Amino acid sequence: MPKRTDITSVLVIGSGPIVIGQAAEFDYSGTQACRVLREEGLRVILVNSNPATIMTDPDFADATYVEPITTEVIERIIIAEKPDALLPTLGGQTALNAAIQLAEAGILERHGVELIGADIPAINKAEDREQFKDVVAAAGAESARSRVVRDLDGALAAAAEFSYPVVLRPSFTMGGLGSGFADDEPTLRRMVVAGLAASPTHEVLVEESIKGWKEYELELMRDRADNVVVVCSIENFDPMGVHTGDSITVAPALTLTDREYQRLRDISLAIIRGVGVDTGGCNIQFAVDPTVGRVVVIEMNPRVSRSSALASKATGFPIAKIAARLAIGYTLDEITNDITGSTPASFEPTLDYVVVKIPRFAFEKFPSADRTLTTTMKSVGEAMAIGRSFTEALQKAMRSLERRGSAFAFPVLPAEGPGAPDLAALVEATRVPTEDRLLAVQQALWAGASVEAVHDASGIDPWFLDQLQLISDVAHEVADAAHLDELTLRLAKRHGFSDEQIGAIRGMAEPVVRGLRHALGVRPVFKTVDTCAAEFAALTPYHYSSYDEEDEVVASDRRKVVILGSGPNRIGQGVEFDYSCVHAAFALRDAGLETIMVNCNPETVSTDYDTSDRLYFEPLTVEDVLEVVHTESRSGQLLGVVVQLGGQTPLGLADELAAAGVPILGTSPDAIRLAEDRSAFGHVLAGADLPAPMWDTAASFDEAADVAERIGYPVLVRPSFVLGGRGMEVVDDAEALQGYIARAGQTGVRVGPQHPLLVDRFLDDAVEIDVDALCDGTEVFIGGVMEHIEEAGVHSGDSACVLPPVTLGAAVVDQVRHATEAIAHGVGVRGLLNVQYALVGDTVLVLEANPRASRTVPFVSKATDVPLAKAAARIMVGATIAELRAEGMLPTVGDGASHPPMSVSVKEAVLPFKRFRTTTGAVVDSVLGPEMRSTGEVMGIDVDFPRAFAKSQAAAYGGLPTSGRVFVSVADRDKRAMLFPMSRLAALGFEILATAGTAETLRRNGISSTVVRKHSQGPGPDGEPTITQLILDGGVAMVVNTPSGRAARADGYDIRAATTTVDAPIITTVQQLSAAVQGIEAVIGGGFDVMSLQQHAAQISREREGHR
Amino acid sequence: MTATTSPHALLVLEDGRVFRGRPFGAVGQTVGEAVFATGMTGYQETLTDPSYHRQVVVMTAPHIGNTGVNDEDGESRRVWVAGYVVREASPRSSSWRARRTLDDELVEQGTVGIAGVDTRAVVRHLRERGVMRAGVFSGPAADRPVDDLLRIVRESPSMSGADLAGEVTTADAYLVPAVGERRLTVAAVDLGIKTATPLRLAERGIDVHVLPASATMADVLAVSPDGVFFSNGPGDPAAAEGPVRLLQEVLERDLPFFGICFGNQLLGRALGLGTYKLGYGHRGLNQPVMDRATGRVEITAHNHGFAVDAPLDGPVEAPVGGLGRVEVSHVGLNDDVVEGLRLLDRRAFSVQYHPEAAAGPHDAGYLFDRFVDVMTTDATTDPQHGRTVIPEEGRA
Ligand SMILES: Nc1ncnc2c1ncn2[C@@H]1O[C@H](COP(=O)(O)OP(=O)(O)O)[C@@H](O)[C@H]1O
Ligand SMILES: Nc1ncnc2c1ncn2[C@@H]1O[C@H](COP(=O)(O)OP(=O)(O)O)[C@@H](O)[C@H]1O
Ligand SMILES: [Mg+2]
Ligand SMILES: [Mg+2]
Repeated sequence: MPKRTDITSVLVIGSGPIVIGQAAEFDYSGTQACRVLREEGLRVILVNSNPATIMTDPDFADATYVEPITTEVIERIIIAEKPDALLPTLGGQTALNAAIQLAEAGILERHGVELIGADIPAINKAEDREQFKDVVAAAGAESARSRVVRDLDGALAAAAEFSYPVVLRPSFTMGGLGSGFADDEPTLRRMVVAGLAASPTHEVLVEESIKGWKEYELELMRDRADNVVVVCSIENFDPMGVHTGDSITVAPALTLTDREYQRLRDISLAIIRGVGVDTGGCNIQFAVDPTVGRVVVIEMNPRVSRSSALASKATGFPIAKIAARLAIGYTLDEITNDITGSTPASFEPTLDYVVVKIPRFAFEKFPSADRTLTTTMKSVGEAMAIGRSFTEALQKAMRSLERRGSAFAFPVLPAEGPGAPDLAALVEATRVPTEDRLLAVQQALWAGASVEAVHDASGIDPWFLDQLQLISDVAHEVADAAHLDELTLRLAKRHGFSDEQIGAIRGMAEPVVRGLRHALGVRPVFKTVDTCAAEFAALTPYHYSSYDEEDEVVASDRRKVVILGSGPNRIGQGVEFDYSCVHAAFALRDAGLETIMVNCNPETVSTDYDTSDRLYFEPLTVEDVLEVVHTESRSGQLLGVVVQLGGQTPLGLADELAAAGVPILGTSPDAIRLAEDRSAFGHVLAGADLPAPMWDTAASFDEAADVAERIGYPVLVRPSFVLGGRGMEVVDDAEALQGYIARAGQTGVRVGPQHPLLVDRFLDDAVEIDVDALCDGTEVFIGGVMEHIEEAGVHSGDSACVLPPVTLGAAVVDQVRHATEAIAHGVGVRGLLNVQYALVGDTVLVLEANPRASRTVPFVSKATDVPLAKAAARIMVGATIAELRAEGMLPTVGDGASHPPMSVSVKEAVLPFKRFRTTTGAVVDSVLGPEMRSTGEVMGIDVDFPRAFAKSQAAAYGGLPTSGRVFVSVADRDKRAMLFPMSRLAALGFEILATAGTAETLRRNGISSTVVRKHSQGPGPDGEPTITQLILDGGVAMVVNTPSGRAARADGYDIRAATTTVDAPIITTVQQLSAAVQGIEAVIGGGFDVMSLQQHAAQISREREGHR
Repeated sequence: MTATTSPHALLVLEDGRVFRGRPFGAVGQTVGEAVFATGMTGYQETLTDPSYHRQVVVMTAPHIGNTGVNDEDGESRRVWVAGYVVREASPRSSSWRARRTLDDELVEQGTVGIAGVDTRAVVRHLRERGVMRAGVFSGPAADRPVDDLLRIVRESPSMSGADLAGEVTTADAYLVPAVGERRLTVAAVDLGIKTATPLRLAERGIDVHVLPASATMADVLAVSPDGVFFSNGPGDPAAAEGPVRLLQEVLERDLPFFGICFGNQLLGRALGLGTYKLGYGHRGLNQPVMDRATGRVEITAHNHGFAVDAPLDGPVEAPVGGLGRVEVSHVGLNDDVVEGLRLLDRRAFSVQYHPEAAAGPHDAGYLFDRFVDVMTTDATTDPQHGRTVIPEEGRA
């Protein structure tokens, strides 16, 4: 069946901001889809509120709408663009839910838009747990016993029937939100309330627990001729009970016989047909009882999912790309397998390697959160590695995580006496799944625990444990070898040991091991991911290293550049950096260079095999990168390595790579150090006469107190060796400082001469300003100046910001330009530079400078229609800003500071608080601070700030209310600032609820409000509810609560927690409040107008014409 | 796990390429035709599949032995592969059904293997140069000069022209009784039959009389069959003269016929079509085959080094006179190899792959139903007598 000819334009819905459970993988799938659809000659219309994505690059669609993914907005887009069809299966649950709403509201029908790639009854059959159970039964398979309940009584009855523990799962949520184990009745009660709220259909499934079984997942594709293929099987290292997104997973499945595997396959085929997935991808999860092999179907996702991205990267079979082709009518046999170029896509990939994925968590950002892994996904990113054996892939994946202590260690353990391992305790530590369980398992085995004992405690399959035992055995051989000879090195390398690990075992420095290894000729070879285990020749150079015999990298005689990616996503380093790396690959390819990408994050576009000329799926460590560089140096001319676009990860490698003789493109390692080292940077600032907050380091508490006294409270304290605002706090007085040090000690942060504390004068009520700029050594081009909405003290990544600045005067912008130029030249930047400033009164102080692409590069690029990352890449290989202006890559005249766009863009952060619970089940506090905790961002563009801000709020969480009740309770210092916005709200017809103190202030200022009871007061004598109850009942449209004192304090916590639970807008700073009120006024004044980035760009170029 | 000190083993290819590894399974020496199999599951079925007789099998899946060996999944009474080449041999079995480790099984069966080999490099070599003879040497055999080993390999017999069915077939006829009520009787000629195949027939109410490869028409008629089945098996179809003659008689009598794998090649030869050796064969569980009658693609298990040479562009008169027209019913989508034949004027069809699928996906199970339909379609009352219409059955 060939391509349908009745479709000429398609609307694609993206997945919106990066949140836990729905991350960069949907940028990858959406980007692929857009590409394919355009290749097929269709007009592609895209809507996605997330500016950090590649898919929202204006080049990937004919009309790109960076607008909120809401029914009203999409309808406006449909009216403007008149698409023939809507493809909703590539944008995660967000897109699927949006499509369902559009269909149910009759909008698709009204405008003649056909849903392709999915149909509503099929979605409902798959996602409605009750209907799905029938499909499973019809397929001749079993489901776990369960019952859908709509209230607490139903849940209690079900739990009594199945007996505790039971699993609770709200319907239609993604990433397991709100689900988990209820071990007893009180837990059940609490979870049912939260779960009903989390489910868009107000249903919760109560299910028997099958914790501890083996867990598998199959990725399938179906076309409209009913051909079905299994793309990949995935086995979880962690048994049932840990969300797959949080599990270590392995592809292909390794512990099933063919009979058992085929049973899963048969069931999968019957289910995909039973559900009636029209065309495209889906995944089905299974549990297998390890003692008798009984199979239970857990769930199905009728769309491209997180694991589809993983499966695509693991096999080389591009699921999203093929799903897009299937949606427009092709069948699998009509599509060619890109990798072989000769065989059809209607086959099942076979792997001759092992893939391991390990999630990356961010618990350190949420110290009060329960670290136990359950059925709710909590990880924020993942690393994948490929090896020719499980051990090789596992150890590569572990070092790809790039987390201190993430690799196995093999300390010498005394057999007895003090320091001897307590085997029973070590084994016990493997019982509860946590982020560190893998390490705990290895430590138990290393200390001598048996595979059986660890299996009994952890439930992890003995085959995997035996492989870990093998790693220990190899470590022993390495330790015991008379000298480190070729055979020993080769043995260790084949099992994935890094030079660093070998060095640690042998008491040698890593570079010494490497030198020895190279001298002995022990180097990895690079194999190819080819979907077919070498049965056919592969055209795509998608490589991974292995200590094996034959290398497959084809020589080239071109000039080439290696681009280092950003590794696993984490809070503070997300998809924005992938955006910059991908842009560099495109720009350098266009400039005639051969591009080579190194990265280990399966979710990304950079690890798509057709983004660069060659892809190395490798850990981002000095050792692994050096081997890639070595291989690439064998042919052609390697110009150097790009380290400044992938965030802090590659930047941190610059020094060691340079020391090993690798040319670093752009800003030199010495210059990087000038920006990164506090005192060196202090000299740069002093040399240019630029003011900065006073600061000093302290090696002890006493010293810290002295420093703080000297520079004056409040101070901002943080350990000096961490990044991303880790462990950073604002401290008001000596007592608070002592508290900080005590807490820091508990979380493992040490303070001493080796680990000094950094103490900065904290600037109160300062406006934070962010700048992204380019420098070629001569000229500085300011990409954009962003004014933060929250005051300095809220991490720049968590603060909303607006471009161009809306309250800054020309003089301030001039100061910012002057300072940025001085820093760029003082440091010696070649490429991108990001500087953060604080405006106090009318003085601009420098907070920090990052000699690299920043999180805001994609936002600025989209807001100003200037491809900053592309320009930076070109500058790194020698182009000047003047040349880029002449070429048209940069505007001919002026820059983002002198000639900002007329339209206003707002970036808003999206925070993950509702995913994290304390051990007692309460949500963690949602107060913002200097430590970044957001996972993603959205962008709103419009003609003025209020509208753009309102859009950003709609995109971030559904939008500002236009009527209803607003609850307000603010700290004393904010009472004055809240008056004006509150009076506007009252005038707009909002009913105002307040706590007594705030109400009194309002009354004196002529604003009437209703006093409500505080949580601590409990319900009133006549059953008057407390504010928390009101919020939980959904009776409050918006909550304004600014915490008194800067550290997260208990007061107000209950209010914020309740608000987070019901997902209502919560405002925690007065600046946000003013912006929100402006936004509300804009929304009341009329709905959103939409404009594509292409139209936006046309408008900007008209403006630029006017400047010439 | 002492690879630093462990003894070595060698895989020596006919063209002189040598791969090093560690002994796996029995220690000693073995020769055969080097082929590679790309299935990620089912090593126990592969090892016990008689079609692999006299072959040195290179597994592309990197970990072999993970689920050990059980008492149910063997496809015949013994291991047939001549030599076994793997990347990683599992030290431990993990499966509730495992009875022993793979290593123990190979030792017990005297199968010489080698582990730790860059199997991907071997596969790429075979892919580019075609299958060739090879030897696996371990223990004292591996200590001899490589030239000696190479000579041993080069002196071993080649697969082309080899008549091997007689070496793998059952000595005596036996019956696999119908499951439930018996509806039909089939004479199944064992040219290297796998355990699963008679079971798939028996499940459909068929009494299956498995006959030795040397069976004559009289032996066949003695069981009063409703149809005749030819199994898979090793060797060169051009050398299987006896079975080809038997098959021609079957066709002449218009007894319903179904053949798989070797049986497909023999149908081709019985019709007078040629067979030829593929460069490196099809051995895997992921091969796309199109059923040309329905246009649907099935994912199938393959294990064949030879193929039938027949025109893809429509039915032709069979070169052997009197048998009517034949058409290619199934095609391999990777390389357009003939994967199935059917006669338009006789009740006979065959496929080159494995609908019994052990190991492998079950997509082609419908072919057994098709065989039942063919047997139950009365040729004499069919209005288009002599032009048997094979009903297009729904898929399994
Ligand atoms: N009945 C159960 N008993 C124990 N663990 C379960 C059960 N059902 C699901 N799980 C675990 O919870 C995880 C999430 O469940 P799943 O249904 O896949 O939800 P999601 O839609 O979030 O992916 C699974 O990966 C599995 O480990
Ligand atoms: N001296 C200061 N006064 C007020 N706020 C500050 C000061 N220094 C930093 N901050 C706040 O802390 C946040 C994080 O600090 P920054 O130095 O940028 O660390 P990071 O490396 O995590 O980006 C900033 O975005 C800003 O809001
Ligand atoms: Mg799931
Ligand atoms: Mg910062």
